[in-house]
Amino acid sequence: MENFELLLGGFGTALTPMHIMVMIVGVLLGLIVGVLPGLGAPNGVSLLIPLTFTMDPVSAIILLASMYWGALFGGSTTSILFNIPGEPSSVATTFDGYPMARSGQSTRALTLAFMSAGLGAFVGIVVITVLSSWAARFALRFGAAEYFAVYFLAFCAFIGMGSASPIKTAVSLSLGLLLSTVGMDTVTGSLRLTFGIEALLSGVSFLVVVIGLFGIGELLATVQDGLKFRGVASRIDPRDVFKTMLELPRYATTLLRSSAVGVWMGITPGGPTAASFMSYGLARQWSKPGEKFGTGRPEGIVAPETADHSAGTCAMLPMLALGVPSSATAAVMMGGLMIWGLTPGPMLFSTQPDFVWGLIASMYIANIVAVVLVLATVPFFAALLRIPFTIIGPMIVAICFVGAYTVANSTSDLWLVLIFGVVGFVFNKLEFPLAPLVLAMVLGGKAESSFHQSMIASDGSLGIFFSNYLVGTIMVLALGLLIIPQSLKFIQYLKSHKNADSAA
Amino acid sequence: MKAFAIGMTLAASVALTGPAMAFEPTRPVEFVVASGPGGGTDNFARTIQSIITKHKLMDQSMVVLNKGGGSGAEAFLYARKNEGDPNKLYFGTNNAYLLPHVAKLAYSMEDLRPVSALAFDEFLIWVKGDSEYTTPAALIDAAKATPNGVAFAGSQSKDTDETLVALIEQTTGTKFKYLPFNGGGEVGVQLAGGHVAANVNNPNENIGQWQAGAVKPLCVFSDKPMAKSDPVHDGKGWGDIPTCSSAGINIPSYKMPRTVWTAAGTPDEAVTYYSEVLKKVSETPEWAEYIRKTSQTGEYMAGQALQDFIVSSEKNAVGVFEAEGWLVK
Repeated sequence: MENFELLLGGFGTALTPMHIMVMIVGVLLGLIVGVLPGLGAPNGVSLLIPLTFTMDPVSAIILLASMYWGALFGGSTTSILFNIPGEPSSVATTFDGYPMARSGQSTRALTLAFMSAGLGAFVGIVVITVLSSWAARFALRFGAAEYFAVYFLAFCAFIGMGSASPIKTAVSLSLGLLLSTVGMDTVTGSLRLTFGIEALLSGVSFLVVVIGLFGIGELLATVQDGLKFRGVASRIDPRDVFKTMLELPRYATTLLRSSAVGVWMGITPGGPTAASFMSYGLARQWSKPGEKFGTGRPEGIVAPETADHSAGTCAMLPMLALGVPSSATAAVMMGGLMIWGLTPGPMLFSTQPDFVWGLIASMYIANIVAVVLVLATVPFFAALLRIPFTIIGPMIVAICFVGAYTVANSTSDLWLVLIFGVVGFVFNKLEFPLAPLVLAMVLGGKAESSFHQSMIASDGSLGIFFSNYLVGTIMVLALGLLIIPQSLKFIQYLKSHKNADSAA
Repeated sequence: MKAFAIGMTLAASVALTGPAMAFEPTRPVEFVVASGPGGGTDNFARTIQSIITKHKLMDQSMVVLNKGGGSGAEAFLYARKNEGDPNKLYFGTNNAYLLPHVAKLAYSMEDLRPVSALAFDEFLIWVKGDSEYTTPAALIDAAKATPNGVAFAGSQSKDTDETLVALIEQTTGTKFKYLPFNGGGEVGVQLAGGHVAANVNNPNENIGQWQAGAVKPLCVFSDKPMAKSDPVHDGKGWGDIPTCSSAGINIPSYKMPRTVWTAAGTPDEAVTYYSEVLKKVSETPEWAEYIRKTSQTGEYMAGQALQDFIVSSEKNAVGVFEAEGWLVK
């Protein structure tokens, strides 16, 4: 219970008018950078770092962290409204969020996303508060083999029960894996698939691909689908926000499961993006029968959002306690920490309790501030969809290209957006799923290098993936998630086949 | 107060635009960083940016641009494209002149002009806090007993860490297993978690784990012990670590310079201007504080001294690359 005393002390540090102002400013700035695709949280936070040089570390980290929360919320907004993920971790939110918004329920979709995100973040912070010392020690047990097992688990949970045809899924997945290998390989230090093109040296940026696939691809599809140059006629009623909030208890299991997935992926090195995909996959597998996923199902929004935010908050823990950032934004914040003269590591909690607990307390407050602020903006954002397509269409194109350029200030990325826009369109028409491609791009590179590292460590023996209880359990779980749904399907197929045979 | 501030700015600009300073940047200066946000090189550049801003050492503002692709090669390729542009500075380590030797890249040293080196990052051998190896010799003996059995973790492949491990192998006639990870922080945690036997992290990358006693240093690759410091763990500070050459590994010195470059074709006046600005940076108390916090060795180097250092450092590294068969043609 010592943690609670420290937390109360932290609230003392965080609850000053100055710090609350800092939080509001941070969240608002974060919302802005989150809404603009490309200019995501990592860029936003690194732009702010020079401003923090003159601040004291507690205010500085509160500002940066609040901006991170704001950006996480903002990222979901464009996913839902325009099918353009503002943040990598909100890709999974597009699958059901966008269809729901298209059907005229944009208020409901946004409210569901923000509320479940807020709840996910809350669970994440509680876990940090209660389990900080245990979780930091637990994370130390992750070597290369365990890393691989975690990525493998995320893959299996998501792929296990795909709705698309297995062959199309495999094609999409392989294309993603192929793209993730472009650039310099960490383990061998050699350049792969760059064909001497300088622009490919740093690899194909995941965000650029996503902006093309989803943003431009969707736009092309809209233009082709009968050229509906009308906005969605959605009724905007602030009361819908409250109605949707009352709806939430129905998704309690999804919320709980997704928070657990998020916490797990945040503490282990999976990260928020993997968490949101895995949680979406599990929700699809285990939810009660109903409308199909991908057509605007509420659980399809709740699951990725909850997991994304609980993982995002939990990811602060490995950064503070071990010096290992599990997201790009956390990496930037860690750089800030060092510039302010703080050393991330196991001792930070005991040498700088004011800083650490001030930050943790601020996470409670800043997330409440963020939820209130974003809910207040829901009617405004939802109204954006009523703007006729002739106006919003060109704006989306401009935002997509500006966003893609901001990722790395490189003009060649603009071509990539265009190319992947066409790819997204074609995939859409031929009913190839995009999600496996995106998942493979996010996790492919990491999974590959941790697999390679494990193979070096074990001199090439696959036994390393079952060499202790931890890695063995994760692997068995992963294989279970992959095999069981498929074999169930197969058995069902056999049964129906038999019935058909006897009937004939 | 305001008049005083204006006076200070005037004084500063007069000092900068004196007769020897014919050059002045004409646009905001781009700080092109050869690492991703949050990396060691990134902190180096941003610290300099904050000091220049605070002391108004330059009239133009500065923009930091991260180009960390391909182990930092992206930044230097960008230099090649911007030949002769005096409003861009490039921040790196020894990667600037070593990368073209190990990866087939479209730039060479001909595309860069060194401006200054401001600091040198030390390398140490670290083992787990409760490790059975208490001296470097014990670690070497273990590797001799089981070749390819003792594992070192390090950042990246064929980069400074792996080069140093290869150098240890060549010097002592041993064979270690080398596991490349993404960055120093990850490498530190792999060691603290006991997944590898040792690493050769820079002080800054392991200090957090050392404070907690999860890892401990065995020796430092320097010709003299590091500067004295407050105790970090168990009454020991940076100054108490023996040098590796005194502990039986005959590598007199291995350091990574933190360097600043311009593109080839930049006028001499511009190079002189920036090296003067950076010299002033290196004399501020904030710089001393950065050096102390990151446990680096502060040493300002420019002109011929820097040229000589680069030539000899490159020659040594290429020797190691050659023996390991890493050189690309």
